[in-house]
Order: sequence, then structure tokens, then C-alpha cells
Amino acid sequence: MKNAKGTVFKYGDNIDTDVIIPARYLNSSDPAELAAHCMEDIDKEFIRRVKKGDIIVAEKNFGCGSSREHAPIAIKAAGVSCVIAETFARIFYRNAINIGLPIIECPEAAAAIEAGDEVEVDFDTGTITDVTKKTSYQGQAFPEFMQRIIDAEGLVNYINNR
Amino acid sequence: MGMTMTQKILAAHAGLETVAAGQLIEAGLDLVLGNDITSPVAIKEMEKMKVDGVFDKDKIALVPDHFVPNKDIKSAEHCKCVREFAYRNEITNYFEVGEMGIEHALLPEKGLVVAGDVVIGADSHTCTYGALGAFSTGVGSTDMAAGMATGKAWFKVPGAIKVVLTGSLPRWVSGKDVILHLIGKIGVDGALYKSLEFTGDGVSSLNMDDRFTIANMAIEAGAKNGIFPVDAQAASYMKEHSAKTPVVYEADEDAVYDEKIEIDLSALRPTVAFPHLPENTKTIDEITEDIRIDQVVIGSCTNGRIEDIRCAAGILQGKHVAKGVRCIVIPATQSIYLQAMEEGLLKIFIEAGAVVSTPTCGPCLGGYMGVLAAGERCVSTTNRNFVGRMGHVDSEIYLASPAVAAASAVTGKISWPGEL
Ligand code: SF4
Repeated sequence: MKNAKGTVFKYGDNIDTDVIIPARYLNSSDPAELAAHCMEDIDKEFIRRVKKGDIIVAEKNFGCGSSREHAPIAIKAAGVSCVIAETFARIFYRNAINIGLPIIECPEAAAAIEAGDEVEVDFDTGTITDVTKKTSYQGQAFPEFMQRIIDAEGLVNYINNR
Repeated sequence: MGMTMTQKILAAHAGLETVAAGQLIEAGLDLVLGNDITSPVAIKEMEKMKVDGVFDKDKIALVPDHFVPNKDIKSAEHCKCVREFAYRNEITNYFEVGEMGIEHALLPEKGLVVAGDVVIGADSHTCTYGALGAFSTGVGSTDMAAGMATGKAWFKVPGAIKVVLTGSLPRWVSGKDVILHLIGKIGVDGALYKSLEFTGDGVSSLNMDDRFTIANMAIEAGAKNGIFPVDAQAASYMKEHSAKTPVVYEADEDAVYDEKIEIDLSALRPTVAFPHLPENTKTIDEITEDIRIDQVVIGSCTNGRIEDIRCAAGILQGKHVAKGVRCIVIPATQSIYLQAMEEGLLKIFIEAGAVVSTPTCGPCLGGYMGVLAAGERCVSTTNRNFVGRMGHVDSEIYLASPAVAAASAVTGKISWPGEL
């Protein structure tokens, strides 16, 4: 698997899918259009400042709420290369894997990493390095089955390849 | 090692003797569900898959319900995409405007889910069917696409929380109060990745609509699913609604649970979840200040069933919605709408100054038919009170039962029928 490297946007507990992509924009399913409204109800600056490769770090239960795949799609289309959280809501977790957005659970990293830090993630080992703070953390590496789905850039290609 | 009810259903559908929490399995599906928001994404994904068509045209349910009757051009385009897919693939269970209802009220009513089934739906409240003793869970559009194409889905077998219900509910307390109480106790991530296995003597005192409400909001505690044992009441509901044969699974005596929670139903009080999380609960006795409201919504996949509509009508009969309050009543399906009409309930609402809408999700997700302005407050029988869920980011949603919602409509502040 590839590695991720970028600047961190930091959020708290229970970031729900209604703030990741508000339902009022769900009459579209175009990734670019969804990305344009990503996080806007909680962080108007996000979409203006996010650069390709950047990383979201959040605390408990990231992605709770609706099953809308539009949420990880919006995050991925905004250029985010990885989401690190203490825990993920389960539908978000499977959606992210199914569309090929890497996510990783690591309570220590979620607590210590701050907004603006430069962070690197090695997906094969689950190692998260905070380059700014010169610290590193061990996140949960993906089970092999999920790695294969992410490597294939999502469930569609995985099904087609098998 | 024993298995929970959920684990037994999953094992049977994966062709395995036993499964254990944490195990990754691939299970066969009895039904795949999608709506007007999630299906277009799934259809696009399925078209990228190298398959000839759907795995079984009788085992897919497509229910446009969120933004229908079409609220704008983009919604119309989405519905058109779903409709054309349904016709092209000869999907048996496609429900057009005029036949539709909110998906999670509609599917049990149409008999499409029975005990022992494994159901995935590209909608988080798919967990509702646990009330019938089925394993059902919300997934995303890509899962739905893969499900429609292959008839299979991957799952991580969940651990479980055993919720033992005892006693029976006092007057004006309903299934909504049970689930709000539970979420208030364990939090919105209290059951993350787990199944909520309801059990105990108290189950038999809950009517099916209460059970649907409880299972519906399992997701609001982070759960993968919520599930009820199949008793005589559940069996007769399925007999009445479905031609399918239920398969009843029971948890093993030595099933492993991560946690056990007891709830004495007779001790519960009307409960309200304050903004902006379903876990911010207070009982009606704990609300000391007057909370003025602008709108009341009675409906949704959580509380738009006939018992809910009857309860609200019973409270509004002969009374009037308070000045300055908009009260919106939305029966969840066409058949509930018709039943409410035949019972004279619609007349009660209209005479009380409420509006009655055709079935739709509408205001529940801030779609249309009751979107909130900045600073407005709504008492709603829906299931989520997240920031911006029903409209402006500075609006507030208080989640409550139909009884509390109807009483609040009358007084113009958060109230329960005991105060009227
Ligand atoms: S009523 Fe609300 S929660 Fe239920 S399916 Fe519709 S939008 Fe979702």
C-alpha cells in the first residue's frame, strides 16, 4: 500500500455525516460538488485550505449518523489522503474501505496530534509519524482482506479482479 | 462457545457452524435495499462491475422516499435514475410515488423481511427490521452495489450487549422513551460495532410499533444492529404481512456478551434528547425551564407508524396547535395514511391546525416540507438532532415520542400529556 503524508486538520468527538456533507447537498452525487461543501457546517475554512494529501485527525466515533457514502467520497475528493481517529462509526468505516479512502484507528495519535502538524502514515505497518513533534504511534494495520480492497482502490475493482 | 441471536443468523448465512465476534465473513443476502439518495450512487458503481445484471430481481427493494414527490430538478433526476434501473432490471419491489412509504416502515408492512433474514440497506436505519428477529444493518452505496450484483456482503461478526427489559411501560411512555433512555445511558458510541440484543419479560409488553422504534435507533448508539426475540406477537405480525416463512433463531444459553444492561420499563419517564446529540437526554421531570418551540414534526421511520399517529391524534383531539407553532404530521406509508384517514385521525389533525403530508422523509433530514430557519426550535419524533440536520446550522432539534411532540404542539413549549 502507498503511504500518506500531509498537514493535519483536527476535529473532536462524534463528527457526524451531516456535518461532513450536509443532507441539503445530497441531491448531487458528483464528487467534486460534494467536496466543495465538505465540513462546511463545522469548519468553513476546511475546503479553502485543504491541499492534496492532507490528513484529518479526529477523536471518538468519526462519521457517525447516516449511511451516506457521499461522506467519505467528499473527504476523498477534497484531497484528503487518510483519516486517523480514536474510533470510527461502523458504516463510515466500511464505506471508506469500499471506496478506497484509507482510515486508521489509533487513540494515542488521535489524542496527541494537533492541527497543522505534518504527519506521515505507513499503511503496511500501521505506523503514524508526527514529523512536527518527532513522535510516532502504532495504529491498527488493516486485516489482509481489507488491505486488498483498499489496494484495488475499492470494492468495485476488488470484485472485478477476483 | 455459545452464540448470540445475531451471530447464529450470520453463521447460517455464511454456511458456517459457528462464528465468533471479530471474525470476517461473507454472508448471503435475503434482501438488498436502497433509496433515492443512495441508489443512484450504487447504480453507478454497479455499472462499473463486470456483471450482467442483478443477482435476483425479487431480492432487491428500491424505495424513493427521501426527496419525493421530487423536491427539485436534481432529486427528480436521481429518482429517474432509480426508476429506469428498476424497470431495466425488472425489479419486483420498486415502489413508485403513490405506493411508496418511508422504506423502514414500508418493508415490514409489505412482508419483505421476516425473522432469520440477512438484510443490508444503503440507509443507516435498516437496523429497524431487528424488531422482527432479522439481522439487518445499514451499509453504503458500494456495499449495496456489490450486494445487488453478487447477493453477498462482507461483515465483521459483532460482539453484543444484552439489554434485559423487565416490567411494562407506564401511560404516555413508549418505545421511543426506551431507546432514548438507553442511548442516554450508553452514549452515541456505546454500542459501537456491536449488536444490541433485546431480551427479557418486558419484550412481550411492547407492541410491534414500539419494537420497530427501538430497533430503528440502535444505530444512534453506534450499534451494527438491534434485535428482538420472536414471540407470538412478532410471529402473528409476520403471518399477517408476509408470505415468506420466518426462521426463528434463539441465543444460546452460554452466548457471550460484552456487557449486560437492565431496564425496568415501568420506571421509565417521557424522555427528550436535547441538541445536538441523541445521547443528551433528560426526562420530562428534569426539564425545569420553559423551552419554547416553533415547529413539531410527527413522522419518520422512527415514529410515523399507526400507533404513533393514533397517539398524537388522541392528544390533539379537541385541542389546537399553539399560536406561533407549525405542526407537521407525516404518516410513514400509504397504508398508514389510509388507515389514519379511515379512523378519522386526519380530520383531528387538520381541525387542530396541523398539516398532514403524503409519506416522505422530507423534514427529517432537512430536505423539504419543514426546513428550520436560524434560531428555530423543533420537537421532532425523528431520530437525529445533529447540527444542521433539519435546516439551518443554528436551529435546534429536540427528539421525543409522539406523545411529547403532540403535547408540545398544544402548549408551544416542551411538554408531556400529563400536563394538559
Ligand atoms: S425518515 Fe429520516 S431517518 Fe428515516 S429513512 Fe428517512 S431520512 Fe432517514
